[in-house]
Amino acid sequence: MSDPLNKSARWALWLPLGLFGVFVALVALGLLRPASRDVPSAMIGKPMPDFALAPVVAGHPGLAKADLTDGNPRLVNVFASWCVPCAVEAPQLAQLKAAGAEIDGVAIRDRGEDVAAFLARNGDPFTRIGDDRVSAVQLAIGSAGVPETFVVDGKGTIRYQHIGDIRPEDAPMLLEKLAEAGR
Amino acid sequence: MKAKHQRLVLVAIALVALIGAGLLAAWALRNQASYFYVPSDIVTKPPEPGRAVRLGGMVEKGSLKTAPDGVTIAFIVGDGKARVPVRFSGIVPSLFTEGSGVVAEGRLAPGGTFVADTLLAKHDEKYVPRELQAMTEAQKRKAVADTK
Amino acid sequence: MIAEFGLAALWFAAALAALQMAAGWLALRPQGAGMAAVVRPIAVVQGLLAAIAFAALIAVFCRTDLSVKLVAENSHSMKPLLYKFAGAWGNHEGSMLLWVTVMGIAGGFVALVERRLPEPTVLATLAAQAFVSLGFYVFLLFASNPFARLVPAPPEGNGLNPLLQDPGLAFHPPTLYFGYVGLSVAFSFAVGALLTREVGPAFARAMRPWVLGAWIFLTLGITAGSFWAYYELGWGGWWFWDPVENASLMPWLAATALLHSSSVLAARNALRAWTVMLGVVAFSMSMVGTFLVRSGILTSVHAFAVDPTRGTFILALLAINIGGALALFAMRAGTVTEGERFSVSSREAALVFNNVMLSCVLGIVLVGTLYPLFAESLGAKVSVGPPYFNPMSAVFVIPMLMVLAVGPLLRWRRDAFGRVAKRLLAPWFVALGVGAVLVGRGGIGLLPLAGMALGAGVIVASVLPLAERNLRRTPLPVWGMVTAHFGVGVALIGMGSDSAFTIEKLVAARVGETVAAGPWQIRLAQVEPIAGPNWTAFEAQLQARYGGGGTVTLKPQARSFWAPPQQTSESALHTRWNGQLYTVLGEQTDDGRWQLRLWWKPFVMLIWWGGALIALGGLLALIGRVLADLKRIAARHKIAYRRERQGR
Repeated sequence: MSDPLNKSARWALWLPLGLFGVFVALVALGLLRPASRDVPSAMIGKPMPDFALAPVVAGHPGLAKADLTDGNPRLVNVFASWCVPCAVEAPQLAQLKAAGAEIDGVAIRDRGEDVAAFLARNGDPFTRIGDDRVSAVQLAIGSAGVPETFVVDGKGTIRYQHIGDIRPEDAPMLLEKLAEAGR
Repeated sequence: MKAKHQRLVLVAIALVALIGAGLLAAWALRNQASYFYVPSDIVTKPPEPGRAVRLGGMVEKGSLKTAPDGVTIAFIVGDGKARVPVRFSGIVPSLFTEGSGVVAEGRLAPGGTFVADTLLAKHDEKYVPRELQAMTEAQKRKAVADTK
Repeated sequence: MIAEFGLAALWFAAALAALQMAAGWLALRPQGAGMAAVVRPIAVVQGLLAAIAFAALIAVFCRTDLSVKLVAENSHSMKPLLYKFAGAWGNHEGSMLLWVTVMGIAGGFVALVERRLPEPTVLATLAAQAFVSLGFYVFLLFASNPFARLVPAPPEGNGLNPLLQDPGLAFHPPTLYFGYVGLSVAFSFAVGALLTREVGPAFARAMRPWVLGAWIFLTLGITAGSFWAYYELGWGGWWFWDPVENASLMPWLAATALLHSSSVLAARNALRAWTVMLGVVAFSMSMVGTFLVRSGILTSVHAFAVDPTRGTFILALLAINIGGALALFAMRAGTVTEGERFSVSSREAALVFNNVMLSCVLGIVLVGTLYPLFAESLGAKVSVGPPYFNPMSAVFVIPMLMVLAVGPLLRWRRDAFGRVAKRLLAPWFVALGVGAVLVGRGGIGLLPLAGMALGAGVIVASVLPLAERNLRRTPLPVWGMVTAHFGVGVALIGMGSDSAFTIEKLVAARVGETVAAGPWQIRLAQVEPIAGPNWTAFEAQLQARYGGGGTVTLKPQARSFWAPPQQTSESALHTRWNGQLYTVLGEQTDDGRWQLRLWWKPFVMLIWWGGALIALGGLLALIGRVLADLKRIAARHKIAYRRERQGR
């Protein structure tokens, strides 16, 4: 069965595999390019934008740019009561607070009573919490989801952006970044 | 016809059809694929008026105006470097707001206004545009990134 | 506890899959003949264990066990039970578990009932099925564990996306899954047949009911999904060429081609290589579709798990399974002996044409879906939508429809077109007539016009095979073919009519004002705030009158959910025999008017009625085949029994 006629038919049989190989190569390229997660934050070194958020829950004043330029470095944590990983990182936030970090919160798309309930359940490490109803500040500082935590120095400049919940192994690193920001 | 011939003929027909389809697809894609523009691109290298494209950027604060008919809006989309006026008739998606990101599908009208057929807003559960992720740093700061 | 029990069952099922694959492989070798007897029982138990694992997942969802991470992320104690139940598969991990469960149960079923094929082929098939399942088991157990715990357990869940809180959507995924994964059996049969060099009518007959069953589910799933998108998204459209929609369409196209091809192989012993190839391609499209949806590589209305690591894993599975099967095909297909010959004017030739056209459409859709990815790697950002997909599909669908009219009338092997030309006068006449009327009416685009004219022609042509038969003696599969082709025509008319005759009105109306939309007069009677279990809304009351008739009330809503915060619009539809009135409520303008979007869509329901008819046709054919098989088995037993009694 190897006369010239059949040869081209046989060659055609390998075509599907070849095309599939092209598809896999193409797609692998697409997947293995650095995902946005791995791209270093574009916000590092940029100042926090001007903003002023009203308080969202009793016992905590609102958050404004002026509060971030008082000379003390701090963590700014973007969270929401309806966000499960935010609950998961609560112990780490408490740990950071106990180690001396000051933590301010930006509550996005949330309601006062839900935030209060969230804090009652998960602990409250926040000094100030701003009410970011429509995610305006969240977007302005380059945050794309919750939770995210920013290390901001005493002059209001962003020094580090941590995307996702804070795992126990991340806490020492954040403390170090905070210390760096203070120098 | 001989059996061997028949199989060869069938394979040949299939190949010709598939290759033809492929070429046709390539030609059609060149003409019909909808390219993505940020405002700076639209201003410096505008698409032909009437060609279906997409425009993405940030809705400028204070630019949103509603026409008397109650369903047409005009606003300005910017990326920190350029601004493009947009007009849209329809019910705006939830979470479309000034100061937030948007992707508009439509065409550039001869006067320089972008006429949008569809609007897609950030956090819109219906569509989360990925293109905005790859913008330059300055644009990224102002524009909208993909979410979880 | 239930979660751990489910996880254990999953591990056991995975272990059995590995065993099934090893035993099946060994059994094919001369030394391993002893393993042959265990393969079938292992397959059955594997299926059962996978089912138990899935049942455990459903249990933790229904109980809202928030210590299970998946439940916490996707459910909420206030969700109605139906949506808790559906929530089990409304997420990445749960749907992957459903995938392996259906694969396992399907494999178990093959192990129980397949007796026609030579035993080595069945064993090879079961080994192949286990091989594919194993990849997914590994993925589940190591990268997508549905039973992972969350410590400490949150007091409340994250809430299901309100867009998914819908009965139609709750059951749309499993329907599609039965379809996707049913095709895995066809894939395994193809691999098994290639491995044991058994590509012939017996293979086709064994595979056909599985292909039919999977195809019926896919048809229903796509039809239901289209209808859901239509009434839920509030955009008035029913198909958006969205990557996830395409991901379900591509396997369907391949499965339709496979269906027809395996029928030819079963009946006429022709198209052997073609059928085997399509068997591989159909499930490959299922896997490609799964990959596209889950890897985040393409944006879509509903992308599941936007996660590159998961995407990489699935890509690896794809490469191994599909690459392996295609390589096997390339190596063995040359040795698949030639089937029966046929002439250009024969039913086989018509079906070859049908297959080629379907494959071209499949290629068009695949290229269009992947093109944005390709362009992005070159630095351009593009999106591909209806302006590409619609005309490109039409290029191949239109000739295919014309051949659809002729094919069922041609004889097998060799016929003459002249013989059937007279019978085709009726459909041609109808098609041209409808076309002429529409051209005369004016203002209709070329594609909708072609769709309606051809649809009408196909409707007439589809019943022609019945014309000279004794209807009571006509086998069910023939009725199935007629019904399915009839459904195609009906759906085409619906698509064309919606495209050509839809009337849209976009207004901001005051309470008390009346708006005209086509033959309707619609009055905005009132707008009032209302509340539901986990949402608040503004509900408009619209009083609509058609022509001079009575008033119907529609109540579209603009809803706000709070966990997670989201706004949706609940459209209100009214269906008449000749179309649907579709109403959407928007926002209130500053001066107190309410935005309304109103559509009158003549005959749009025919799209989904057509889809249902197509599925029904498949069901009739499946029942017919299964009944015929059972009758044959019964007859064989009767003959054997009689022979025994007569001492032969």
